[in-house]
Amino acid sequence: MKDSGTENIEIDLLLESVYRRYGYDFRSYARASIERRIRQFLADSGCASVSEMIPKILHDREFFSRLARYFSISVTEMFRDPSVYRAVREKVVPLLRTWPHFKVWHAGCATGEEVYSLAIVLQEEGVYARATIYATDFNDEVLERAREGIYETAKLQEATKNYQQAGGKGSFSEYYHARYDAAAMDGSLKERIVFSSHNLASDSVFGEMHLVFCRNVLIYFNRDLQNRALGLFTESLVHGGFLCLGAKEDLRFTEVSDRYEVVDLKARIYKKKEVP
Amino acid sequence: MRQKEAQQPACHVSYEAVVMGGSAGGFKAYAAILSALPTDFELPVLVVQHLHPGDDGSFARHLARVALHPVIEPCDKERIERRQVYVAPANYHMLVERNGTIALSLEGKVNWSRPSIDALFESAALAFGQRVIAVILSGASIDGAVGMRAIKAAGGLTIAQEPATAEYPVMPQAAIDTGAVDEVLSVEEIGRRLIELGARKSQIGV
Repeated sequence: MKDSGTENIEIDLLLESVYRRYGYDFRSYARASIERRIRQFLADSGCASVSEMIPKILHDREFFSRLARYFSISVTEMFRDPSVYRAVREKVVPLLRTWPHFKVWHAGCATGEEVYSLAIVLQEEGVYARATIYATDFNDEVLERAREGIYETAKLQEATKNYQQAGGKGSFSEYYHARYDAAAMDGSLKERIVFSSHNLASDSVFGEMHLVFCRNVLIYFNRDLQNRALGLFTESLVHGGFLCLGAKEDLRFTEVSDRYEVVDLKARIYKKKEVP
Repeated sequence: MRQKEAQQPACHVSYEAVVMGGSAGGFKAYAAILSALPTDFELPVLVVQHLHPGDDGSFARHLARVALHPVIEPCDKERIERRQVYVAPANYHMLVERNGTIALSLEGKVNWSRPSIDALFESAALAFGQRVIAVILSGASIDGAVGMRAIKAAGGLTIAQEPATAEYPVMPQAAIDTGAVDEVLSVEEIGRRLIELGARKSQIGV
């Protein structure tokens, strides 16, 4: 193995090149994971070293696109971690009801499965008409797929169990229209969802929110970028608003931990304190 | 083994962490080793066991009953502390950052596994360099073999469970076959060896 100090420099230079040439900022991503993915790409790229990849990154957009595919991970499914949605029904919805209109920010929505899951929960709880859901991602490609809301029928069928465990009150198959292998989410679910491009690394707050849903996004960020994103969430949340993170994302290790109280630790649901 | 030890680098390294990987038959091996490490054993131990994706911490809870140290399933960005055992949660890779924290990741499976032993070991090689001990235990997979090579190349110490004593010999054997394994020991011997290595204090400058 090559001296890891040298490779570290090469990786810094590569990430800097990507940022300055294409505007995608992976410099503040969780380092161990991004290094892993660069080394994986290196093995498939035909290059002998990370530094050999840099001129190609700078001059060959297609080569960069191949690398970008290694960087983008969107592991998601309908009603992923069903108990979280159950906790949302039981502990968040009753408070959402007290607002005549409420806004939800689903940050890092990827291909949208979890946005539709949340829309279904709100619909079944009878509060969807008062909601606006802003579903954002920095990756326009996945955002387009989220907007389309077309998924593999088999995947949706598999998610039926998740839906039931999430406290589903109807039949999951009523929420999509299957045609052979593909199925489209029901149009009524899209009515209150606004899909838009937003980058947690560079963009700012765009509105006052009552619930921020950001699950399994922060784990890709380093501590500084995490604190930036959490700063945005905290700034945009109303007092008493909710923040829902991924199962292994803990506010304890962040700058905003004292701004929140725990609503449900296992579901990682936090509530912004009424008084700062 | 004594003779082989004499071939180790003369300058004694003081270690910062132990990383371990196991799969089928791994629990028994972990139990034997962790129950042998006394409470004054200081090195943090990071454990990857191939788990069913639906495991909700039961492996860690079982291990906690036999280990003398606290056993936890860490959250992302958790700082690695001495005298603790960290078990990778099901469905997440567990990596080590150079700043001494744990990073969890949902990137694709490695060797059909998440968590993957290779993912932990390779990151540990970068983070700790020569100051890490890697141990590969029973399993029917080849996960960990690439990681053992990375640890060895970075100057760390590599130990494999003696395949004849493993419930499933494939995994330790795959690691041994890479030529990157320093010591081949039974689980009882691994426990004793770790205690000995963990007691080493830095002798840099001596």
